Amino acid sequence: MRIEALHKRFGSNHVLCGIDLYVTRGEVVCIIGPSGSGKSTLLRCVNMLETPSDGRVFVDGIELTDPDCDLDRARTSTGMVFQSFNLFAHMSVLDNITIALRKVLRQDRSAAEAKAQKLLTRVGLAEKATAYPAQLSGGQQQRVAIARALAMEPKVMLFDEATSALDPELVGDVLRVMRELAEEGMTMLVVTHEMDFARGVADRVVFMDSGAVVEEGHPDQVIGNPREERTKRFLANVRKRD
Amino acid sequence: MSWSRRQRLRLVRGGVYAATITALVLILLVVDWGALGGALFKWGIVKDQFPDILTTALRNTVIFTIFGFAGGLSLGLLLAIMRLSGVRPYRWFAATYIEVLRGIPLLVTLLILGFGIPIATGWKWPNPYIQGSVPLALVAGAYIAETVRAGIEAVPRGQMEAARSLGMSYSRAMATIIIPQAFRIIVPPLTNEFVLLIKDTSLISVLGVTASTLDLARFGRNGVNDTANATPLVVAGLVYLALTVPLTQLAAWMERRSKAGRR
Repeated sequence: MRIEALHKRFGSNHVLCGIDLYVTRGEVVCIIGPSGSGKSTLLRCVNMLETPSDGRVFVDGIELTDPDCDLDRARTSTGMVFQSFNLFAHMSVLDNITIALRKVLRQDRSAAEAKAQKLLTRVGLAEKATAYPAQLSGGQQQRVAIARALAMEPKVMLFDEATSALDPELVGDVLRVMRELAEEGMTMLVVTHEMDFARGVADRVVFMDSGAVVEEGHPDQVIGNPREERTKRFLANVRKRD
Repeated sequence: MSWSRRQRLRLVRGGVYAATITALVLILLVVDWGALGGALFKWGIVKDQFPDILTTALRNTVIFTIFGFAGGLSLGLLLAIMRLSGVRPYRWFAATYIEVLRGIPLLVTLLILGFGIPIATGWKWPNPYIQGSVPLALVAGAYIAETVRAGIEAVPRGQMEAARSLGMSYSRAMATIIIPQAFRIIVPPLTNEFVLLIKDTSLISVLGVTASTLDLARFGRNGVNDTANATPLVVAGLVYLALTVPLTQLAAWMERRSKAGRR
């Protein structure tokens, strides 16, 4: 996955000012930074939920910013997990996971459901297949959302503050699933405020501020021993909050 | 004055009660109840309305309503999607249509389409049901479009984003994710649209219908002419109430339930 000279403007607001980022297969990259620094916008540009103003995005060799790119097809190779889960409220857990398999990849129902059941077991929710999102806790909903994204067998998983909307006691279950996914070799781009997760799981940490990459490198270096003043200040603020 | 605010309020309320009771007593004394009852609700005439008021008039009102609603719902859905489309001409067309058809009284639209078009073009409506239902559906579509649009806009943005992130096209996401949820939201207001439509079918009678296509309002009016008594219209009004009150209560109940469910 490669991002080149990415810019995003909302009107006169320059949110991303020339981002270059490269994520190799199997790598886990965590993006940290203060709110409003453009982390989420960057992530949303990777699967073109936001259209970049300038620059290029490649996933698995395909340029998504190419005007001729079939975006619907290209998006099947990036799975996204949202801060607010965004499970389809009118569908059971099983249908949430199988709907795209059936409607986009045209798999038949029984094959899709078998796959969904396997994924639910993997995220520890095998018994919730027939439940509706409103009957689940936030942590359970987010794990279903991860299973839903994984069902498409994406090449890259994008996590947009996946644990920020959760009660503290539910964060652990979601992080565990993410950690397992990383250990299995999934390529992951993770926007997070969980410094312990970033430090323990990421191969590389990127610190962003004001729409630019300020510092990047090994987590022990960026989080443990930051070079840049802005990174130090941000990390000090995070620790104060904890 | 040295009255407190509360005392003043109590005094005003007492005055209002007293005035209301006085007015009611006056009405009771002044009105000739026997004559009024004889003119508005004469039992012999009431009985004469049945069974035709149900087998013909009610039946026709229901037919006009259902045709009008089915057509209006399909058209409204289409217009709502056009109104929210990224394609500017679609948006303009839908916005103009909705504005124009909601801005003209239904009675005028009925007359233009029901009479004006045949006079202008020589083309004839194939039958009175179509002549009545099509204009009704065209107007209902404009109102329903705004209801549907509100429903679509009430579905959280994240639902569309999640659907797109899974590789669904915009139209597939609309059809499988957004619109089913929008409809759940708008069932109560749609029920109210349906009630409005039941009442609006009474205007179709201006198109001059045949004996077999009489609706409730026209049936009542004809009855007044036949009997020189207002009872048939009162009975027609009661039949309308028998349709509309349960439906508005149902809509209100659904609204309360969905509000409770969201908590």
